[in-house]
Amino acid sequence: MTGRVAKTIRVDTLARVEGEGSLYIKLVGERVADVKLKIYEPPRFFEAFLRGRHFSEAPDITARICGICPIAYQMSAVHAIERALGIQISPEVRLLRRLFYCGEWIESHTLHVYMLHAPDFLGYPDAIAMAKDHRAVVEKALRLKKIGNRIVQLLGGREIHPISAAVGGFYKVPSKQQLRDLVADLEWALEASLETVRWTAALEFPNFEQDYEFVALRHPDEYPFNEGRVVSNRGLDIDTAEYEDHFVELHVKHSNALQSVVRGRGSYLVGPLARFNLNFDKLPEVARKAASDVNLRPPVKNVFRSIVVRAVELVFACAEALRVIREYEPPATPRVEVSNRIGMGQAITEAPRGILYHRYALDQNGMIITAKIVPPTSQNQKRIEDDLREYAAQLATWPIEEATWRCEQAIRSYDPCISCATHFLKLVIDREEVKV
Amino acid sequence: MSSEKHKPRIGVFKFASCDGCQLSLLDAEDELLGVAGAVEISYFPEASSAMLKGPYDIGLVEGSITTHHDAQHIQEVRRQCKTLITIGACATAGGIQALRNWKDVDEFIRIVYATPQFISTLKLSTPIAEHVPVDFELRGCPINKHQLLELITATLAGRKPNVPSYSVCIECKRKANVCIAVARGIPCLGPVTQAGCGALCPSYDRGCYGCYGPMETPNTSSMTAQFRILGQADSQVARAFRSFNAWAWQFRKASEECERT
Repeated sequence: MTGRVAKTIRVDTLARVEGEGSLYIKLVGERVADVKLKIYEPPRFFEAFLRGRHFSEAPDITARICGICPIAYQMSAVHAIERALGIQISPEVRLLRRLFYCGEWIESHTLHVYMLHAPDFLGYPDAIAMAKDHRAVVEKALRLKKIGNRIVQLLGGREIHPISAAVGGFYKVPSKQQLRDLVADLEWALEASLETVRWTAALEFPNFEQDYEFVALRHPDEYPFNEGRVVSNRGLDIDTAEYEDHFVELHVKHSNALQSVVRGRGSYLVGPLARFNLNFDKLPEVARKAASDVNLRPPVKNVFRSIVVRAVELVFACAEALRVIREYEPPATPRVEVSNRIGMGQAITEAPRGILYHRYALDQNGMIITAKIVPPTSQNQKRIEDDLREYAAQLATWPIEEATWRCEQAIRSYDPCISCATHFLKLVIDREEVKV
Repeated sequence: MSSEKHKPRIGVFKFASCDGCQLSLLDAEDELLGVAGAVEISYFPEASSAMLKGPYDIGLVEGSITTHHDAQHIQEVRRQCKTLITIGACATAGGIQALRNWKDVDEFIRIVYATPQFISTLKLSTPIAEHVPVDFELRGCPINKHQLLELITATLAGRKPNVPSYSVCIECKRKANVCIAVARGIPCLGPVTQAGCGALCPSYDRGCYGCYGPMETPNTSSMTAQFRILGQADSQVARAFRSFNAWAWQFRKASEECERT
């Protein structure tokens, strides 16, 4: 005879993510019956109210989608609009935009590695509690994060919602000396990042490998920020303008964020793991060596190791920032002249959390007719659910508190930004035991 | 975090927003550990999974009210907080998402979502003060972290915070910026916008776009007239007032006047 004892465990909020959401897992015996990553962050309708705004406003407006990665939104917006207008930016501006992105990656990755994710591995509720036992580590993290913010502040005026990014370039560009003033800090930051790789690699990782489809930009000469083709480890190799032919967004009832899938295949993974696995050969020597020294080689298929990959990308971002500063010559003008014209343009850039797609259609007065934005977290959302379906099955016999902690840790491996896609995760594991 | 009883307890709450204003607290890299030593950060989900129950001495509220659920939740947050401070343009003026307030929200839902019946939202995005009494409103999109620290310090000391309500023009003068509107004819909302950013945009060769919202007594009709002199069409002036603080009544009135003419 079969009798059922239903067990429900609730964790009201999964913290240390950006946004509001919840997770529901239903276990029947050792079988995972249902997994729902619910995103209930209130919708804000950016794509709707961008209609009827001038293209020059898009970088400022779309930045407000996310206070953690505003530069990503500004970069995807300006590149998509420049494509619509058919304009070329100067090589100097191109370089500065890479530096701008380095700043955001350093700031965002440091925040996530040390303040949002490391507490999971070390058993603390947050970085402040962690600082009681690991003061030097947290102080180093804050200093590293501040250096990322210093770059953003110099180029963009302020850390959150910087004001200098413009279609065609920047409103104002820094002098050579202003950039050189960052060098000493960045040399320290490079060392601190190398230590971060060693420190994160020494953490303990659950044994959980999946056969992911990794999707990232790939550029012939460099680790990707603002340019490249969209590639995957399953043979995808397309121009950014073809993105919507290959990826489709689904609207599911339990989420205010749309979920992306590869047409005809299913979920995929974007972000540090995908970039690293698809672009390892484009990392500078110092970053490749840092990875090899801790036996981190592509393909990395354990999502918990994303924290180490983020640290390797910190090394890259510091080294790249130093390279840009060495090569920098101020452009003749901060931005190229732009004029209104009918056009359609798409762009994808690598936000700290993965590829971010923007498309704009403009009318003859430069007004936005339609806008489409696909943030990294809505692309990872389905993949997170798939991971949890596999992972929860492994944890089915564990004590529920530990299983819950591990599921939250798995979700945080993606550094989900739910404000982009939405805000906080509520975790509910509903367990039904099958008694025979 | 710490459970020492004598420390003032702070809670950080989020409604519809981008998370940027609460991130300002984590961006205070030099002060964060000091702040954490002086107060008990009892509820701050973005930073900590230790979420302690109220009541709180200070509640920092980010975001605007856009759903039935949030309209009820803010009442509970108010009950739990001795002093309630709203941070940022969403919480103080409804934010960029208040652009829906002039449109048909059902149409907005159809533009973004394939299955509109899954989406539950209010017709208006409104500031916190339209729902509950607010003790102090800190402006900005995003807020200035130094103003936030000053505000927390002043509240704990029981004194008035030093957060000026004069215009961005004063900050430009202090920085000895040449006025970009006068000297170069660039439309600039600085004269009607509250200070706090440090006159950032004019310092970066562009006009202020009003992200700190209206100053104490803004002369918006004079501002509109000045924009027209600089060649701006009324539709452009209306858009200038209608961004991150669009629903703040002074900016709202100014944009609606431009639309009527």
